[in-house]
Amino acid sequence: MEVIYITIGVSIIVAVFFFAAFLKSLKSGQYDDTYTPSVRMLFDDELVKDSKVNNLK
Amino acid sequence: MEKEQFYYDNKIVKMFLWATVLWGVVGMLVGLIVALLFIFPGLLEFTGSDNAISWLSFGRLRPLHTNAVIFAFVGNSIFLGIYYSTQRLLKARMFSDVLSRIHFWGWQTIIVAAAITLPLGFTSSKEYAELEWPIDILVVLVWVVFGINLIGTILKRRQRHIYVAIWFYIATLVTVAVLYIFNNLELPVTGFKSYSIYSGVQDALLQWWYGHNAVAFFLTTPVLGLMYYFVPKVANRPVYSYRLSIIHFWTLIFLYIWAGPHHLLYTALPEWAQNLGTVFSVMLIFPSWGGMINGLLTLRGAWDKVRENPVLKFFVVAITGYGMATFEGPMLSFKNLNAIGHYTDWIIGHVHVGALAWNGFMASGIIYWVATKLWKTELYSKKLANTHFWLGTLGIIFYAIPLYIAGFTQASLWKQFNPDGTLVYGNFLETVTQIIPMYMIRAIGGTLYLLGFILLAVNVIKTARAGSAVEDELAEAVPLKKISGKRVAGEPVHTWLERRTVLFTILTTVAILIGGLVEIVPTFLVKSNIPTIASVKPYTPLELEGRDIYIREGCNNCHSQMIRPFRSEVERYGEYSKAGEFVYDFPFLWGSRRTGPDVHRLGGKYNNNWHFNHMFDPRSTSPGSIMPRYPWLLKNNMNASNLEDKMTALAKLGVPYSDTDISEAKQALLAQAKEIETSLRQDPEFVKNYGNSNVQQKEIVALIAYLQRLGTDIKAGNTALK
Repeated sequence: MEVIYITIGVSIIVAVFFFAAFLKSLKSGQYDDTYTPSVRMLFDDELVKDSKVNNLK
Repeated sequence: MEKEQFYYDNKIVKMFLWATVLWGVVGMLVGLIVALLFIFPGLLEFTGSDNAISWLSFGRLRPLHTNAVIFAFVGNSIFLGIYYSTQRLLKARMFSDVLSRIHFWGWQTIIVAAAITLPLGFTSSKEYAELEWPIDILVVLVWVVFGINLIGTILKRRQRHIYVAIWFYIATLVTVAVLYIFNNLELPVTGFKSYSIYSGVQDALLQWWYGHNAVAFFLTTPVLGLMYYFVPKVANRPVYSYRLSIIHFWTLIFLYIWAGPHHLLYTALPEWAQNLGTVFSVMLIFPSWGGMINGLLTLRGAWDKVRENPVLKFFVVAITGYGMATFEGPMLSFKNLNAIGHYTDWIIGHVHVGALAWNGFMASGIIYWVATKLWKTELYSKKLANTHFWLGTLGIIFYAIPLYIAGFTQASLWKQFNPDGTLVYGNFLETVTQIIPMYMIRAIGGTLYLLGFILLAVNVIKTARAGSAVEDELAEAVPLKKISGKRVAGEPVHTWLERRTVLFTILTTVAILIGGLVEIVPTFLVKSNIPTIASVKPYTPLELEGRDIYIREGCNNCHSQMIRPFRSEVERYGEYSKAGEFVYDFPFLWGSRRTGPDVHRLGGKYNNNWHFNHMFDPRSTSPGSIMPRYPWLLKNNMNASNLEDKMTALAKLGVPYSDTDISEAKQALLAQAKEIETSLRQDPEFVKNYGNSNVQQKEIVALIAYLQRLGTDIKAGNTALK
């Protein structure tokens, strides 16, 4: 059953990776506002007309 | 702050959309065909039943179906949704158009390669990881391309906040990569044959660690991400609780990865590992239902929109299906319910609620909605979409309910005892013929669902013709750098080079981690393959060839090799399976479904002639059997040209084959084959029919040798521990 050490080991590494990501996102203020993002994503619609300025394709 | 203008890449979204439609039809059609094989086992024998085509048999088509719907249909639908939503959520075009194209064509190449190799019998036998090693490498490469493209886009985003959907995509990216690599560690023998580096119990645990997480991180997390984008978008109202979405995301990813062992309850896996799986599986209901509730409640106060908008109808049924499947999952992880459900059609019904409702309906809703956005037009026919919705919903009901009944019925038939202690249904076949009517209804359900999906294809094609595609869509947003420069005074500017460095660091860390473990893992696993039961010996050369034929034909799709320690199973099959019996099984072949009986103690149960006749025509020995015929095994000459290479590879993995064993393998193989032919010839009927043929050179002899070996090592009563 040595393989269990691999699965647990890898699972923990993955978990630590995500935990670090969580802390980092928390510290960088990602979750300071838990309302605006949900509304903002409703207004990401494309522009209708092409003004051909500052094309950063 | 000056706004920048840029373009979203709609063409890549369109490409993935067409691929989803195409592979959806193909994958579901193959599913319907394999469902029909349960009712008409001879359906695909157009060349005459004695000349049946090997690559059309159930054991080879079933993995084709599962791989096609999971990786081709759902896979492409996920990429379609990710490429559409990521660009808009992050206010940026995808990192690289070239990588997007490589991702698309690479993924389609993998699918085509799978569609060719699986019917040809090139399989590793591990469920949802059947693809052989060259294709595995391609999968990893394409996944890395996807990863660079996604992370690159995140790094060049113009929206500082990372919306919850993106987090789900990141979790998918990282976890699938890790799991896929570890489960597919194998030692290649030839171009399309390899052996798993793990054996027996170890292999089983790793496979279901992966298998469960294929469901978790391929069929669930990315689709939840899509739900968090498309449901609010289509309903045009914010998600019910953004806070809940964040909490349930982090909980879900921390819990999911531990649930795998619930696929191995009551097996030879150590009990503490089984219990670990159960505990985490039960806890999973909370984040899962958090997601379901959040999705459904987003529509609160908007139910009038559901009545009018077919896309929302698909989403409602999809999310409801997700709720049902994630309720059933934890329930089935309780040992007492698992004892009933495992190995039966209950599980097939369960996964199809997930696949047809959650994955299929989410994909359908997204396709309809994105099509109107891509082609800048109304949907060709709302009525047709509504018809699709009802056909699909009825299809799900007619699919799932009969299989729940079939599963429960069969499990109870397996366990019924007469007062004298004998089994009421001692003949396994009786428990199969009882549920054939359920298979018929299931096929009707599948047909309805497929018909509905074909309507979607028609509708989308018509919509595309009516509208005009905008391949690069203009958008504008304020660039991120300026904001960050303002916020953190004195902090170095996030230059392009630096962004590359971040990406580079992440990728190298992952690479080093995986590379290092790949190096270390085999060395200490080899030691652990030392047998714990003295009488368990490695397979003989002929048995080894037979076992590889068993894998090639996909016998493990219908036959388990794991007798659980229940009175009913011990009575039916014999002594329950011990962990130590599987130490030389590279890979393990425990199976997950008993369409036919367990074969772990098959050895010695029937004579060689019975096996010979049974493989040629199962209905000659077992009238009413729904097993496919394998006439090619009697015709094909055994190809033992790689025998020494195979044994050398296995010796490297810890099987105690000596140098003499390997150098004299061919002679040993011939001697054992001759022995089996001699025994077959004792039957006058055999001599009459096959008297002149050189049976000892045929594949059937190797398979018989393997089947007669199964479970016999401890049958002699020698279970002494070393």
